[in-house]
Amino acid sequence: MAALKIKKGSTSHSAYNLRPNFSDVQERHTLAVLVDNEPGVLARVIGLFAGRGYNIESLTVAEVDHTGHTSRITIVTTGTPQVIEQIKAQLGRIVPVHEVHDLTVEGPSVERELCLFKVAGEGDKRLEALRLADIFRASVVDTTLDSFVFELTGAPEKIDAFAELMRPLGLVEVARTGVAALSRGAE
Amino acid sequence: MTRQMTGAEMVVQALKDQGVDTVFGYPGGAVLPIYDAIFQQNDIRHILVRHEQGAVHAAEGYARSTGKVGVALVTSGPGATNAVTGLTDALLDSIPIIVLSGQVPTFMIGSDAFQEADTVGITRPCTKHNWLVKDTKTLSGTLHQAFHVAKSGRPGPVLVDIPKDVQFASADYTAPKSANTSNYQPQLKGDIDEITALVELMENAKRPVFYTGGGVINSGPAASQLLRELVEATGFPITSTLMGLGAYPASGTKWLGMLGMHGLYEANMAMHGCDLMINIGARFDDRITGLISAFSPKSKKAHIDIDPSSINKVIKTDIPIVGDVAHVLEDMLKVWKARGRKTNKEGLAKWWTQIEQWRAKDCLAFKQDGPTIRPQYALQRLEELTKGMDRYITTEVGQHQMWAAQYLNFEDPNRFMTSGGLGTMGYGFPASIGVQMAHPDSLVVNVAGEASWLMNMQEMGTAVQFRLPVKQFILNNERLGMVRQWQELLHGERYSHSWSEALPDFVKLAEAFGAKGILCSDPKDLDDAIMEMINHDGPVIFDCLVEKHENCFPMIPSGKPHNEMLLGEASTQGAIEAGGAVLV
Ligand SMILES: Cc1ncc(C[n+]2csc(CCOP(=O)(O)OP(=O)(O)O)c2C)c(N)n1
Ligand SMILES: [Mg+2]
Repeated sequence: MAALKIKKGSTSHSAYNLRPNFSDVQERHTLAVLVDNEPGVLARVIGLFAGRGYNIESLTVAEVDHTGHTSRITIVTTGTPQVIEQIKAQLGRIVPVHEVHDLTVEGPSVERELCLFKVAGEGDKRLEALRLADIFRASVVDTTLDSFVFELTGAPEKIDAFAELMRPLGLVEVARTGVAALSRGAE
Repeated sequence: MTRQMTGAEMVVQALKDQGVDTVFGYPGGAVLPIYDAIFQQNDIRHILVRHEQGAVHAAEGYARSTGKVGVALVTSGPGATNAVTGLTDALLDSIPIIVLSGQVPTFMIGSDAFQEADTVGITRPCTKHNWLVKDTKTLSGTLHQAFHVAKSGRPGPVLVDIPKDVQFASADYTAPKSANTSNYQPQLKGDIDEITALVELMENAKRPVFYTGGGVINSGPAASQLLRELVEATGFPITSTLMGLGAYPASGTKWLGMLGMHGLYEANMAMHGCDLMINIGARFDDRITGLISAFSPKSKKAHIDIDPSSINKVIKTDIPIVGDVAHVLEDMLKVWKARGRKTNKEGLAKWWTQIEQWRAKDCLAFKQDGPTIRPQYALQRLEELTKGMDRYITTEVGQHQMWAAQYLNFEDPNRFMTSGGLGTMGYGFPASIGVQMAHPDSLVVNVAGEASWLMNMQEMGTAVQFRLPVKQFILNNERLGMVRQWQELLHGERYSHSWSEALPDFVKLAEAFGAKGILCSDPKDLDDAIMEMINHDGPVIFDCLVEKHENCFPMIPSGKPHNEMLLGEASTQGAIEAGGAVLV
């Protein structure tokens, strides 16, 4: 299905891309939403998802342009193609939303997440945790005689894989930032 | 040149600069500075309502009947929460209104201060946008932006929450021209390739139908004009939703009548059987589609809407056109004319023959027999006696609302004000007040049910105080008629709490407010009584006692397709299955 890019202020946008594909398949999409960084804007976005029953798998937000006061919200969501199109169109209606990009369909993109893992253990388990962290290029940001805190950056799947490996080795706590994503290439 | 003024003065100045002449409101502690500023000027009339819900519906009536932005002013806390129903109503029906609410001073926000409520939080999901203004410097700019957002694109309600200290403090006033509205500019022109693709389908369609909605009216008078031109030029039949009545005249030869759950047989059958459906400013609401999987199974569907989220929301669209109705219709006509004004004459002739057969069912026929007034008859007489008058109609919600849509004829846009999307009982009376304020010399009639009318009856005080000659035409069946009808058809005739007990004597009630009351129960007296109502120069409560158990037909039961309409009492037995009962 083609991308729908609702850009406020554009008059050339063709609704041709709205053609639906009414399928039941659940798809996972990463959306980048550029918004005015004004009070309540995140509440509007979250309220939209809650009010209309859409899923949020991951959500990150921060101001990315301090002079223009615009923030970038990255949302990972799942739904049928029709629901994904609705989500994008509904996001586009929010007055302080400037642009909605569907990174999943607009071309190749990179997704990264930063994650902290607390792993407690002694002896062989401790050594094995350290060895795996090295393979994953996780760095040790805190250590005691019987614990580590690892920092790992990567695609969500890599983080999931590392978490699985740490579980039997004494994983105590995990903190994840949620996904940040950008399209590849110069544009 | 900049001018210093207080926030309260800015509110009044901004309203004037935006061309506002009327504000509906109710004072309280958190808006006293604004009321003080209103007191000291004469350009803006303030209409004191009796409940904030009334203020918002009055602003809606004003907006819908003029095409301008309606304005309501309420205090913090309970004033703001009382405005919530009106805001939601305006959101669902895309009505441009602004609610200005007072708020506790900025330094007290978050302290659970007296009459503090999180107004922007409460109203976020029921406004198109809202603002809490924390600094007088940004107040006038925000107010202009609020007007811009309310009326641009798909119109809707907005709210500006103004803390009391912001109203007292002074700052430079920003004129509308200098206000920043650039980042909200919805697309107006439709994609020309899509429009051409639609015209191509129109040239060949054998069974086309225009399905129009409130978007035509919201787009402005030009849109209705262009629609009429297009319909006459192509000869295609046209139907409309409740919200779109009047955009195409009911006396027009191509008019099929309203469609939907209580729409006309010919309109719904045409929707079901068409091969090309051209949706202009409607939204495939569930009152229209019935069972989605069986909705107009053989047609290609084009959808013209200014809001991209309306397209493909419920019904798959073959030709989506995002744009303003007037802009798109203008281009459609241009392209169609340039390509030689073609239609499928032969196919159309057959289509009209078929439609005439459906029409011959005469689905709105009823018999006025016996000593009791049938509600349909009351409306038929109201129509007959007010036809050709400079007339505006509002309604409450229920059976009477549907009968009004079926039996009254609307020749022009902006003449019919009703709560469509939210179905708000209590809308009609305050809306009629708003309409009458905007059109002081016109006849304004609120077609009401007795139960709905009681929900905002306190506004009698407003009507009398401001000498607004609104006519409250109550079809009194002593029942929550529409609820009773559903209980009859879906809940085994168990009439749980669906009758109006302990009703007031409406004539005495009118008199208690200093207005005129008329009671009519005999069909023979009806015409004279209606004329007496019309000729009375002042507000009237007309208590029209009607048949208590009349059902509203045609009816597409929930969960049924368009071609399975119930046409009358005989067809109702076992018509609604358990699956339909879970729907509303
Ligand atoms: C505020 C509100 N509460 C409840 C309803 C549900 N409801 C829809 S129609 C109706 C009955 C309306 O009765 P009345 O105004 O007498 O009109 P009738 O159907 O009898 O013509 C009710 C209770 C509603 N639409 N709005
Ligand atoms: Mg009733």
